[in-house]
Amino acid sequence: MPEQLDTLIQQHRNQAGGLMPLLHAVQAAYGCVSPEAVEPIAKGFNLSRAEVHGVISYYHHFRSTPPGRTVVQVCQAESCKACGSDGLMAEVEQRLGIKAHETRADGAVSLEPVYCLGLCAQSPAMQVNERMYARVTPERLAAVLSAVEVAA
Amino acid sequence: MSAVKVFVPCDSASLAAGADDVVASLLSECAKRGLAIDLVRNGSRGLFWLEPLVEVSTALGRVAYGPVTSDDVAPLLEAGLLTGGAHALRQGITEQIPFLALQERLTFRRMGITDPLSLADYETHDGWQGLKRAVGMSSTDLLHEVTHSGLRGRGGAAFPAGIKWKTVAGTAAGQKYVVCNADEGDSGTYSDRMTMEGDPYMLIEGMAIAAMTVGATQGYIYIRSEYPHAVATMTRAIKLATAAGFLGDRVLGSEHAFHLEVRKAAGSYVCGEETAMLESLEGKRGIVRAKPPLPAIEGLFGQPTVINNVITFASVPVILARGAQFYRDYGMGRSHGTLPFQLAGNVKQGGLVEKAFGLTLRELLYGFGGGTRSGRPIKAVQVGGPLGAYVPEAQWDVPLDYEAYAAIGAVLGHGGIVVHDDTADMASLARYAMEFCAIESCGKCTPCRIGSTRGVEVIDRITGGANRATTPGRSQGELPPMGKGAPKGDRGGQQWEQVVLLRDLCETMVGGSLCAMGSMTPLPVLSALDHYPEDFGLTSDDRQAA
Repeated sequence: MPEQLDTLIQQHRNQAGGLMPLLHAVQAAYGCVSPEAVEPIAKGFNLSRAEVHGVISYYHHFRSTPPGRTVVQVCQAESCKACGSDGLMAEVEQRLGIKAHETRADGAVSLEPVYCLGLCAQSPAMQVNERMYARVTPERLAAVLSAVEVAA
Repeated sequence: MSAVKVFVPCDSASLAAGADDVVASLLSECAKRGLAIDLVRNGSRGLFWLEPLVEVSTALGRVAYGPVTSDDVAPLLEAGLLTGGAHALRQGITEQIPFLALQERLTFRRMGITDPLSLADYETHDGWQGLKRAVGMSSTDLLHEVTHSGLRGRGGAAFPAGIKWKTVAGTAAGQKYVVCNADEGDSGTYSDRMTMEGDPYMLIEGMAIAAMTVGATQGYIYIRSEYPHAVATMTRAIKLATAAGFLGDRVLGSEHAFHLEVRKAAGSYVCGEETAMLESLEGKRGIVRAKPPLPAIEGLFGQPTVINNVITFASVPVILARGAQFYRDYGMGRSHGTLPFQLAGNVKQGGLVEKAFGLTLRELLYGFGGGTRSGRPIKAVQVGGPLGAYVPEAQWDVPLDYEAYAAIGAVLGHGGIVVHDDTADMASLARYAMEFCAIESCGKCTPCRIGSTRGVEVIDRITGGANRATTPGRSQGELPPMGKGAPKGDRGGQQWEQVVLLRDLCETMVGGSLCAMGSMTPLPVLSALDHYPEDFGLTSDDRQAA
C-alpha cells in the first residue's frame, strides 16, 4: 500500500491545487483515505496533518473508513421528497436492517442519504454502487435491491 | 438492406430508467431477426417522462417511442419499430411532440439529436461557428458582443456576463483563468448535467471564447462528484477537442492558447458558491471567501478569473454564431435570451423546457408539465433550487423574468422548478431548508452556521406546540424586539412569539451571512410561513399578529 500511495503523491504534488485530485485518486485506489495516509500526504504536499485532515473531513465524499461492499444512496432533496423519498428511505432502512449513515456489521452494505443525483424529473431516485435508478417507488424497490444481494 | 439508424440516449436519466437494458435487448432481438441497425447513443431530448425514448430514423423524420422497457423491444419490433410502425408507445415524429415543438431551443438545439462525443455531428449541427467567428475578433469586439446580447449569469446571481468578463480582460496579470462552475447541486436542476453529458463541445466552445476574450490560457471545469457520467464525458470530450485543435497551444491554428481540465468536486453544496469553489480548486476546504477582492480581479491562485456556470458558457457559442441582437431579441425587460427551465418533482411530464424569459409558471406547470404525476392539485412550487421561494398559486401568472420575480420576493435561480402536490407539509419543508443549511454551511459566518441550527429549533417549537416561551436563564423581556402588537394568551401567544423570533432570525441571516447559503435559506422558510401558515399550526389570528 505505501508504495502505491507514494506514487500517487508524487503524481499530484506538483499539480496546481493537486490535493483534491490526489484524495480522489487515493479513495479510488483504497476505498477510503485512511488516517495512516494523512501523514505521508501532508509531508508530500508540505502541509500540516491538520490541514490535510481538515480537507478530508470537510467534504462528504471522502471517507476515513472503508464503506460496505455495496453502497446504497437514497436522494433526500426536495424534488425526491415531493415524490415520497422519505417513505422510500424508511423502506430501504427496513429492508437492509440499518439506518442512514450506517454500515451493516457484516460489511455487506452501507446506506447513505444523498442530496440530488440530477434525476429530478423522475423522482424519487437512488444509486446502488455505480448504478442509478429513477422512479423508484417502495413497490419497485425489491427489484432494485435484488440485483445486488444486499437484502437482510 | 441498409442499416436503420436507431437512437437510445446515454444520458444519466435515461440510464437510470433502464436505457442500457433496452439497448441490450434491441441488439439481441435484431440479431435474432437478422435486422441491421445502426445504433447511436444520443443525448436526451429532455422529455424525461418518456425515457428511455427510442427514436428511429424514417423518411418522415425521427419517430419516437417511449417510455420503452427491455420487455417492450420484441413486441415493438413485431409492430414495425424500424419503419416507424404503429404501437401504443409510439409518440409520433419527435420534433412534433408538443412538449418539444412549443420550445425555443437556442442553447439546447442539438440536445438529443447528436452523438455527444462525435466531433463530426457537432460540426454538422452548427458547432464551432461561434469560436470560428471569435478567432477573428478583438477582445473589445468580443466584449461588446457578449455585453450587447444581454446575457446574464445563469447560475443564480444573474450578473451580466459581459461586465464580469470586461473586468478580467482589463486586469493585467501574467496568468488568467476561466473556471466553469459545474457544481449543480440544486434539487430540481439538471440542465448542466444534460449539457455535459449530451452536448459537451458546446461548453468547451463557450469557455474557449471566454478565454480568448479575456486572455486566459488555462481553464477548469469543476464538476460535482454525484455526476460520474458528466465527469467521464467531459474528460473524453476535452481530449478529443484538444486532439482536433479546438483546444491546446494554438486554438483553431490561432495565436490563442487554451488548455482545459476537469476537476472533480467532493460533495459540498456550498462549493457551488464561486469563492468556496475556488478554495476547493486550490486544494483546500471549500470555505467562502469574503468579497472584495472580486474573483474577476483576484480569483483562482490569486489571479484574475472568469467564473460562470455551465449554461452561461454554453449560451455564448450561439450568441457569437448568430449575433448579439439575435439573442437579445428573446426574452422580456432586462432578462434577455432563453432559460432552460427544469420541471421536476411531482409533475406528470417532467423535463427540460427551454423558453424565452417571460412565460409564466402556470404555462410551465400545466401547458408543459401537465399537472402533477399523483393527479392531485398542485399546492406549492419551489422555483430556483433549495434556496428559492415556495410560490403559491396566486403568483403563478407572474412572468418568469429576473426583475418580476425579485418583485415578489422570489428568484429564478438556475431555473429549477419543483412541484409539490397538496399532501406536502410546508412546515416540514421549511424545517428541511434550515436543516440542509445546517448540514451544508461552511461554518465561516455565524448567521449561517448557528442561525440554521436555531432555525430548526424554532420551527420545531412553532409546530410542536411544546412551546418554551423563554429559554432558561433568560426572561421574556430580554428576547429580541418583537415588532408590533402584544403577545396573546397561552399557546397561541407563545407560538406567535416564536414566529416573531423566526422572522428576526431570518432577517439576521439575510443581512449578516457572507454568501447565498445563509442569506437565501430564509427565502423558502419565510415563503412557506407566509403562504401556508396553517401547515405550521397557526391560525389566522396568529398570521395577522405575526
